[in-house]
Amino acid sequence: MIAGYTAVEIAVAVAAGVLALVLGLAGRRPSDLSLAGPALIEVLLIAQLVVAIVAPGTGNRPTGNPVEFFAYLLSALVIPPAAVVWALMERTRWAVVVVGISCLAIAVMLVRMQIIWTVQHA
Amino acid sequence: MSGSSVTTRPARPKTSGPGRTLIVFYFIMTIAALARSIFEIVVHLGTAPFAYLLSLFAGIVYLVATIALITPGRRAFRIAATAITIELVGVLVVGTISVADFGLFPFSGDRSTVWAYYGLEYLLIPLALPILGLLFLRSQRRVFAEA
Repeated sequence: MIAGYTAVEIAVAVAAGVLALVLGLAGRRPSDLSLAGPALIEVLLIAQLVVAIVAPGTGNRPTGNPVEFFAYLLSALVIPPAAVVWALMERTRWAVVVVGISCLAIAVMLVRMQIIWTVQHA
Repeated sequence: MSGSSVTTRPARPKTSGPGRTLIVFYFIMTIAALARSIFEIVVHLGTAPFAYLLSLFAGIVYLVATIALITPGRRAFRIAATAITIELVGVLVVGTISVADFGLFPFSGDRSTVWAYYGLEYLLIPLALPILGLLFLRSQRRVFAEA
């Protein structure tokens, strides 16, 4: 993992999460604005997957267990599409709240991924 | 046409509205607890078997609660109420034990469990969930009975 890139991902996930939570609790229905966050996060996570596969070949190896790392990353990759699909199926304010929670959950998972890669068993 | 489709649609108001947020939290905790405990049990069960089996138990309780919350009907209501009560007792007992003796579930060295320190590792969500869950069930009693 690349620390700077992880920081960007976490910042985007937190910002998108807070935005969706605020919009949802304010009573807004799913919109391009609230769904752009998870879409952007998904793109960043796909790039993260490529980085995680390529990095060990360039000498940037995980110190922790790679299985645990990829369990987190693959779970994180599934969350934004699931949240968006649910939001489009039922267009209520609570769908936007759910999108916000899922973005924040991804931020937590990214912190854990960075710990597994750089701190665990180091 | 539209009138009949409304009446034949199964009544499942629990999965919409604010209850949906609760179900999402239950779902997240199910995945977190099950994935963590299964990974720990498969990779290094010998490190702290009791802590890992407690995490697995917590994960199963969350799974049962999640499914019961989504399912309509009286039986699902009772199962959800039972699972969430077990969850509340579990997080209070395990949390209190962990605080009473810090050596049992130390933070370092992968020897902790989901409910240790009342779920501090999970932002205390495990402490808040069963309380909100029971309040939610109480508010939904009629919905469950009618479904």
